[in-house]
Amino acid sequence: MTAAPDVSAAPGQVPVAHGLAAPPAPWRLLLRKPTFLIGALILLFWIACAIFGRAIAPHDPLAQDLLATNSPPSGAHPFGVDSIGRDVLSRVIVGARDILLIAPLATLLGTVLGTVLGLAMGYFGGIVDTLVGRVVEAVLALPVVIVAFLFIVAVGPSPLTLIVVVGFIFTPLIARTVRTAVLVEGQQDYLASARLLGERPGYIMFAEILPNVFPVIVVEFTVRLGYAIFAVATLSFLGFGVQQPTPDWGGDIAANYVLLGAGYWWETLFAALAIASLVMALNLVTDAIEQVISS
Amino acid sequence: MTRYLLRRIGLAIVTLWILSVIVFFAGQVLPGDPGRAVLGPFASQSAVRQLDHQLGVGRPLVTQYLSWIGGLLHGNMGFSSEYRSPVAPFVVTAIGNSAKLAVLALVIIIPFGIAGGVLAALYTGRGVDRTISLGGLAASTVPEFVSGIVVIIIFGVALKVFPYPTGSLSGLSAPSQLDHLILPVIPLVLVLFGYIARMARAGTIEALESDYARTAILKGLPRSVVIRRHILRNSLLPTITVIATQTGYLIGGLVVVEQLFSYQGIGRLILSAATHKDFAMLEAGVLVIGIVYMVATLIADVLYTLLNPRLRVGVSG
Repeated sequence: MTAAPDVSAAPGQVPVAHGLAAPPAPWRLLLRKPTFLIGALILLFWIACAIFGRAIAPHDPLAQDLLATNSPPSGAHPFGVDSIGRDVLSRVIVGARDILLIAPLATLLGTVLGTVLGLAMGYFGGIVDTLVGRVVEAVLALPVVIVAFLFIVAVGPSPLTLIVVVGFIFTPLIARTVRTAVLVEGQQDYLASARLLGERPGYIMFAEILPNVFPVIVVEFTVRLGYAIFAVATLSFLGFGVQQPTPDWGGDIAANYVLLGAGYWWETLFAALAIASLVMALNLVTDAIEQVISS
Repeated sequence: MTRYLLRRIGLAIVTLWILSVIVFFAGQVLPGDPGRAVLGPFASQSAVRQLDHQLGVGRPLVTQYLSWIGGLLHGNMGFSSEYRSPVAPFVVTAIGNSAKLAVLALVIIIPFGIAGGVLAALYTGRGVDRTISLGGLAASTVPEFVSGIVVIIIFGVALKVFPYPTGSLSGLSAPSQLDHLILPVIPLVLVLFGYIARMARAGTIEALESDYARTAILKGLPRSVVIRRHILRNSLLPTITVIATQTGYLIGGLVVVEQLFSYQGIGRLILSAATHKDFAMLEAGVLVIGIVYMVATLIADVLYTLLNPRLRVGVSG
């Protein structure tokens, strides 16, 4: 299996010559990109919903109005009412919370573990590298969803299980990227001088190499975050994530999609659009960050 | 080549063995009691214990694993506690149904993905490229059940042009089966399109910038000939490996899509087995998926070596 060609570089992006002026700070470059602004705005909207959801929501997302079950969108319920009489708009707003908590935490876990592992693999090389490499290969040889599924079936579904399982699955993937970045750094003079000064391996790895491979880790984190949302939403839909009656986009779709045949589209469409908009927003932000870091 | 093949097959067998161990022990720590799951909450404790004994639940784990794997090697997949009958016929029917869906997805996605990627590469940086690249990226990161819901609402509920839910295909004519499979195949195609197009684009750009492509252009070959004979051959190489690595995503996608469309495939089978604590069914289903995945990766690796003369020489020595 050969490494895939690098596709991260954006087409038509020519590095701008800055002359004598100092290059602008990276975040200024980001703010100039309209795609970044649109993405960030949507992300902020969902983060606000995640934090203040209960206060913003027009109804209690758990309250059941049994006289209004399956009623279509109306003035009182702009997104309609679901099969057991709960306001869909309120559930979509409050439903942002769990996925926006679980996906970033899972990605963070995977990134921290993957970085430590990747640093060790890249720095020590030899037996450590080969041994961990074999295990990574074995893990990657299995379809990811099946692995996640088996572990959650074994341990029992809960938000914590989701975080740990998705984090563990990301660990070898992130380790591989960090390892490659460390190998590139390995040729630099500052490492040779650190070694000659007799610095300890732990110090060299975390104080010398880590700051230099940090941009790679940032990009990896943002890319993985997108996959984490994909995985968490999917596992929730399959019934292995947030359990009903807690509002959750994937879980709510799972609870109501059987009614699509009866024409009750509003019970699933808005949660689906919410997931899609979150994923698209993250894509726009990731794409912009990648372009700025690589330029 | 032979040595390389043997090594790859050996590795695949080792990975399968690891998978069988994981599957078996994951099934064992499943909370709940298979006997109780079959007989329901009102059965007497002694009846539950007797069924557990029949199913061999109480024996040491290693013994259970050995008898399970021994049975598998003799073609005996075990006995379903949910349906009270052998597992094999269920798995065979389900894998056949999933294969129809997966093959249809691949038949659509491979030409479209490659064509999209090559087109984007030929117009790098222009509108066509940005549309295909960003659109593909967006499509590949939206979960299958999300695009599936949208597709169902538009074509199944509002326009009613395709049947939903898909249900069982048995007894339907081939065109009618195709009609039923169109909706579930769309989410699978959307997710895979982005990856395959991106790889085809990267491969084509690399080939376009190569010395041999420049030579071919400079010696006056028509552009279409250069693209067909020099660019495509090289750009398709990485794409083939990518399609194989996507088999895992495709299988994951099948679990989701089959559930959403109530289609009796292998994904829905193992999902229902997991919720009904039907160990034998779950273990057999996951292992069969593992085998399919392994074989697909193996075929792709072999194809890659066959199509790449440099590798072919390298490994035969």
